[in-house]
Amino acid sequence: MLKLTGLSKRYDTGDLALNDINLTVPAGQVMALIGPSGAGKSTLIRCVNRLVEPSTGSIELDGQDITRARGARLRQARRQIGMIFQNYALVERLSVMENVLSGRLAYVGFWRSFLRQFPSSDIQQAFNLLERVGLQTMFDKRGDALSGGQKQRVGIARALMQNPKLLLVDEPTASLDPKTSRQIMRLICELCREQQLAAIINIHDVVLAQQFVDRVVGLRGGELVFDGDPKDLSPEILTSIYGEEDWSVADDNHEEADAPATASVDIAGAHP
Amino acid sequence: MSAADTGNEPLPSLEQQRIAQAREGRWRPLPLIRSRHWRWIINLSVLLYVVLAWLSVDVNWSRVAQGMERGQAFVASFLQPDFTSRGGEILTGLWESLTMTFTATVIGVALAIPVGLGAARNIAPLPVYFVCRGIIAVSRTFQEIIIAILFVTMFGFGPLAGVITLAFATIGFMAKLLAEDIEDTQKEPLEAIRATGGGWLQWINYAVQPQVMPRLIGLSLYRLDINFRESAVIGIVGAGGIGATLNTSINRYDYDTSAAILLLIIVIVLMSEYLSGYVRKWTQ
Amino acid sequence: MPVKHVNNVPVWQRREPLKQYAIWAGWMLGGMLFLLCWKVISDNTIWEFMNDAGTQAGSLIGRMIPPDWSITGSLMLPLWDTINIATVGTALGILIAFPLAFLAARNTTPHPALRAVALAIIVSSRSINALIWAMLLVTIVGPGIFAGMLAIALRSIGFVGKLLYEAIEEIHPTPVEALSSTGAARTQVLAYAVWPQIMPAFAGISVYRWDINIREATTLGLVGAGGIGLQMNAAINNLAWAQVATVFVLIFATVIVSEWVSAKVRHAVI
Ligand SMILES: Nc1ncnc2c1ncn2[C@@H]1O[C@H](COP(=O)(O)OP(=O)(O)OP(=O)(O)O)[C@@H](O)[C@H]1O
Ligand SMILES: [Mg+2]
Repeated sequence: MLKLTGLSKRYDTGDLALNDINLTVPAGQVMALIGPSGAGKSTLIRCVNRLVEPSTGSIELDGQDITRARGARLRQARRQIGMIFQNYALVERLSVMENVLSGRLAYVGFWRSFLRQFPSSDIQQAFNLLERVGLQTMFDKRGDALSGGQKQRVGIARALMQNPKLLLVDEPTASLDPKTSRQIMRLICELCREQQLAAIINIHDVVLAQQFVDRVVGLRGGELVFDGDPKDLSPEILTSIYGEEDWSVADDNHEEADAPATASVDIAGAHP
Repeated sequence: MSAADTGNEPLPSLEQQRIAQAREGRWRPLPLIRSRHWRWIINLSVLLYVVLAWLSVDVNWSRVAQGMERGQAFVASFLQPDFTSRGGEILTGLWESLTMTFTATVIGVALAIPVGLGAARNIAPLPVYFVCRGIIAVSRTFQEIIIAILFVTMFGFGPLAGVITLAFATIGFMAKLLAEDIEDTQKEPLEAIRATGGGWLQWINYAVQPQVMPRLIGLSLYRLDINFRESAVIGIVGAGGIGATLNTSINRYDYDTSAAILLLIIVIVLMSEYLSGYVRKWTQ
Repeated sequence: MPVKHVNNVPVWQRREPLKQYAIWAGWMLGGMLFLLCWKVISDNTIWEFMNDAGTQAGSLIGRMIPPDWSITGSLMLPLWDTINIATVGTALGILIAFPLAFLAARNTTPHPALRAVALAIIVSSRSINALIWAMLLVTIVGPGIFAGMLAIALRSIGFVGKLLYEAIEEIHPTPVEALSSTGAARTQVLAYAVWPQIMPAFAGISVYRWDINIREATTLGLVGAGGIGLQMNAAINNLAWAQVATVFVLIFATVIVSEWVSAKVRHAVI
């Protein structure tokens, strides 16, 4: 569904952030993108929806080349790609409902959106999504009155309002506590499965990634160094991605973390 | 316990109503002003004001139509400003404006510092506070041009009246901002240094000055800029500077000279803005 | 205090005095410039006038007190005009400054050339005092309130435009990115991601300028552009200082009220 061919990006500063990336993401696949800081993960997913202009190579979405798309065609392409940000990127002075509905902007005209006259089906969808992420009673609150986890839920609802085919997720949990991180990650992955969405998730927490995703891609210095099943991530491979480190502790953690985590989720589930 | 048990259901709260409506796909953003009453009152009074204000303007359209030609001439004169035919007057006027600006800013800032200290509630005794606030209020209320008229009457025509005018205006401007700055300074250093038992001047020198100094410099430069612009105005009433020349040229419809003067003012303001940005970076 | 540091931290000794000399030299230069400027002014001043400045001031104040309250009623209409000049002028100015600010802000301008034009308009409007605009407009559209309103508007464009475009340049870019990535059109991104972020600044700037404009509008009558300044000018020309004093008191009261309103509104939006 998404096909990147020979994608490279050199910033004006001269940094070669991506070097000849070839990557295909089939429909409905949830993929984690891991790699050390500065590896080019953010650059990669920002190239996909053209927040960053790639230097060379091509991006195909559903067989359409969108590498050089402009104007209405670019907006049409972006409409099909939802994005979730590390720092939530909500408009803090708008209400939760307005933030969620803003995911729908590409579907309504300017005056309708300006006067907040969204079609009633959109409002219903927004409400259902808010219910799905557990914020149905908060839609009148302002964005800056929410906690980090709640903001991220709004961010997720906004992205899904676009009815996207592909979700780009840039470190969704990096500013959240461990428990909220798991909840958010689970929510994203569940929603992707429910709606048959493909997703590229940038994430630093390898253990968390392994638990939820179908496929892991490792990036280092702008180059693809691993592409495979989450189970295949051995200490050797982690070393090849991140550099020399004693990974055994992480492995231990992995074993321990699993059990209490499930418990904590149960507790969370018991809450209304 | 619940309302359903007792049989008579209470009215659902606004929040529940909105949730139920949103579930059905009906939603409007919360209005800025909650009370419907007040919304009406405010809307109506705005409307009323617009009508009243409209009635108070009587535009003499035939006069405007006549003037359009002059308006075009004025705009066109910016493309062919005439610097030379009144070059001498422009030059002396500008030079006088610049010297007035600098002198007045220096004097004004120097006087604004004690007034500003006196107008800061956290360091000044109450009687001093009221006197200084009074000075600030008077100086800020009356435009430079009004003050200039008074000083010209007292001191006669010439740049001295202008310098005093600008200095007086500077006092109000700087002292107010300075006082607010001092009132906003962190309390801890103030108290810590007071606790060491130094004199009042020492206290100001060590505790207050370091905290407000960078902004004081920035504001002085900003005021220099304002004073220059004002110096182009007060000449109209005889207080020296480029204003007199500008006034004459406009009244004679000699727009080419007016445009030349205005362009010079714009360029000098631009330069001073650029310079003050540079100095501010340097002092930080 | 540099000297203290020198005693404590010997490493700084080499640089500190240099810096100190530079500062001294700066003060010296400044002082000399000041003396030079003062000489220019003193040369252009007729000092004989200064001798009786005290008596002049005394007699002026003497003639102002008590103010002539009998004219208060006839000043109400000019005062209303003044308020209208300020309010309508501010509104007009904002109307033009608003789109201009979006053209002038680096992050929202459609084209660098347009940005340059917008910046040029803003700086020209800002550099020229409302009173000068009024003088020009009186010769163009004729004396009266209309000229005053236009003058206030022309001066406000630059002020509001500058502060507003700076506010636009300081917004958080992430919401803008987020909404662009939903496929929203440019205008929608402006309405949903930029406008909510600058709205408080916009409201604050507008009432702040309105407050300043009330003050400026009181003077426009001096050049024939309507409002209470006309009465003030007439009284000054007739040397009717008691009437001038009444005008002053009215201006003072109006300005205090407008300052209070503006402070209230600014508090409410922040
Ligand atoms: N706007 C930019 N201008 C210039 N260079 C940039 C820019 N953004 C990123 N880079 C450079 O590109 C490289 C990749 O950055 P990128 O943000 O994609 O890394 P990342 O893998 O997302 O890192 P992190 O995990 O810290 O978010 C880095 O070397 C960075 O310095
Ligand atoms: Mg990143």
